[in-house]
Amino acid sequence: MAESIVSVTPPVVAGPPQLGDYVPVVGAPEIDDVRLLARRLAGRKLKMVNSTAVGGGVAEMLSRLVPLFAELGLPTQWETIKGGEDFFAITKSFHNALHGAKYDGRPEWFERFLAVNEENRLRMQLDQDFVVIHDPQPAGLVARREALPNHWIWRCHIDLSSPDPQVWGFLQPLVARYDAAIFSSPAFARSLPIPQFLFYPTIDPLADKNRELDPAFVRETIAGFGIDPGRPVVTQISRFDRLKDPVGVIHAYRIVRKYADCQLVLAGGGATDDPEGETVLREVREAAGGDPDVHILNLPPWSHLEINALQRGSTIIVQKSLREGFGLTVSEGLWKKKPVVASAVGGIPSQVLHKLTGMLVHSVEGCAYQIRFLLSNPVLARRLGENGYEHVKKNFLITHNLKRYLLLFLALSRAQG
Amino acid sequence: MAENATLKRSKEPFQLVVASYLIRIREERASTLAELGGAIRACSDSSIFYHTFQSLESHHYSAYSNDFAQWALVACNEAPLAERLAAVDLGEFVSIGDLREALAAAIEGHVRRYPENGSRAAFEPFYFCESDEVTVPTGRVARTLEGLAKAIRRMSLETLHYHFITSRLRIRLRTNDFSHWIEDNLGLADLARRLNEIDFRVNTLDEVRRKILLSMRPWLNQ
Repeated sequence: MAESIVSVTPPVVAGPPQLGDYVPVVGAPEIDDVRLLARRLAGRKLKMVNSTAVGGGVAEMLSRLVPLFAELGLPTQWETIKGGEDFFAITKSFHNALHGAKYDGRPEWFERFLAVNEENRLRMQLDQDFVVIHDPQPAGLVARREALPNHWIWRCHIDLSSPDPQVWGFLQPLVARYDAAIFSSPAFARSLPIPQFLFYPTIDPLADKNRELDPAFVRETIAGFGIDPGRPVVTQISRFDRLKDPVGVIHAYRIVRKYADCQLVLAGGGATDDPEGETVLREVREAAGGDPDVHILNLPPWSHLEINALQRGSTIIVQKSLREGFGLTVSEGLWKKKPVVASAVGGIPSQVLHKLTGMLVHSVEGCAYQIRFLLSNPVLARRLGENGYEHVKKNFLITHNLKRYLLLFLALSRAQG
Repeated sequence: MAENATLKRSKEPFQLVVASYLIRIREERASTLAELGGAIRACSDSSIFYHTFQSLESHHYSAYSNDFAQWALVACNEAPLAERLAAVDLGEFVSIGDLREALAAAIEGHVRRYPENGSRAAFEPFYFCESDEVTVPTGRVARTLEGLAKAIRRMSLETLHYHFITSRLRIRLRTNDFSHWIEDNLGLADLARRLNEIDFRVNTLDEVRRKILLSMRPWLNQ
């Protein structure tokens, strides 16, 4: 096993992109529409609240969206909920239970959850025109919202299709107090007395993680991690989280290696709201068992260029999650025109249309078979990648989300009259 | 094409809007073909619109042109029914009620013929959604064919969809906003007909735009 604990210097951060920078990617008409819609909302204030400022797809998406809202004349404040290790252990347990795992928490955890949310509510300013609360961790901030004349939206990024009834039973009355809920897939929506909207999560094509890179930089970067650029590379990018099934990926790789040469890269980082990361990383190292072609890369949160290079330097991208909110790493792989092999869970089937923009799988064996198949059929692999790029361009870019939020804010304003 | 179309000014200007769609998730779900037939009869007009007209663009990679056909194939493994549903020609409908009837009748006919298939559980449920259409006037108008061509070039795909595809439900004619305006206001019946012959069922909206502009070119070059 080759393992790198990378500690690179954060790259020099250029200023965030401006809306006009997206014109070459999505076309002027799309950007004109966004500007026109925003003019209808000019001066309205927004608030975004989630649980972590770094690591994970939500923080990444917000870091790109917030400056664009500001540029459009909608000043946006982004804040994270504060809580100790015990709070994030509770919310991680909720997270797993909402994804369908059995809830093994104690009854007093619900009270602790509400108490931490209340502490945050008292600390935060929550009187902006539109308050968007992301995921369950800060969902309790909605307490006392009736005293405010603004609009509250719960943006759920996780798969709620079969939640533990105890945890959902606790959260549901909180969610019902919002004006609207947003889900990443129709399958995640629950029975609620409020309107529910479909927003696909999106990637930023201009972010360091997705922008075009010099092929020489790609080769140097992956070689720098000890990966041989001359041999096939199969990569899964995700946090070290059991629900991403990194150990399952190693098992699939072992099957593939009986028939084809390849290297496996498991690259990810930690998020500040995930206390299980270290434990899972240990399990992954054990499963790799010293195989020099398995590269486990524990990357710091600012490794966007490295992740971009790893994806671009890969032959196949894998996302073998057991449960998934949406799985933005899939869209990232498709955007780089890579063939993707991914589990048919959560929002992944919206991104991977089986045999059209990638391959959907349901097991370790299925994953191994599709990797073998694509390694042996590079022409088909290339076509899947090209279709995937077009699919992402039409549905999963940040400019689409910007437009959806503006439409929702307009719709809520109109509903209020 | 003998008329000098470039100089011709319209009686009424073409009002330019921006159209966008917010997708709302509905509670209705179907787990069998029989349930799908029932839900199609009961769901909102905007659900039918969303799963047919609105989703058209997303089916350019898939075998069939609407969500119901795609689900019949992928989730129910019912290729003959999927073909029948895909063959329901959106270009022929100017009312959602008629379209709903055609879709439900195709499913109910299939279920009557193969009752055991009607109650067999699908691999995954069909989740109903609906579109909330939001239109915002731009304050701009086109008064000439050249002005309209320029606007079409700068139109987002959703707005193009609104004027070229959804329009037939709005004006309840088997035509589109551009053809309607070109014929009524510029008197260019031949061009109007040519635009209306562009097949939006099998072309992406980018292709539709390209073909509209290509069709206009002889009139603009006069």
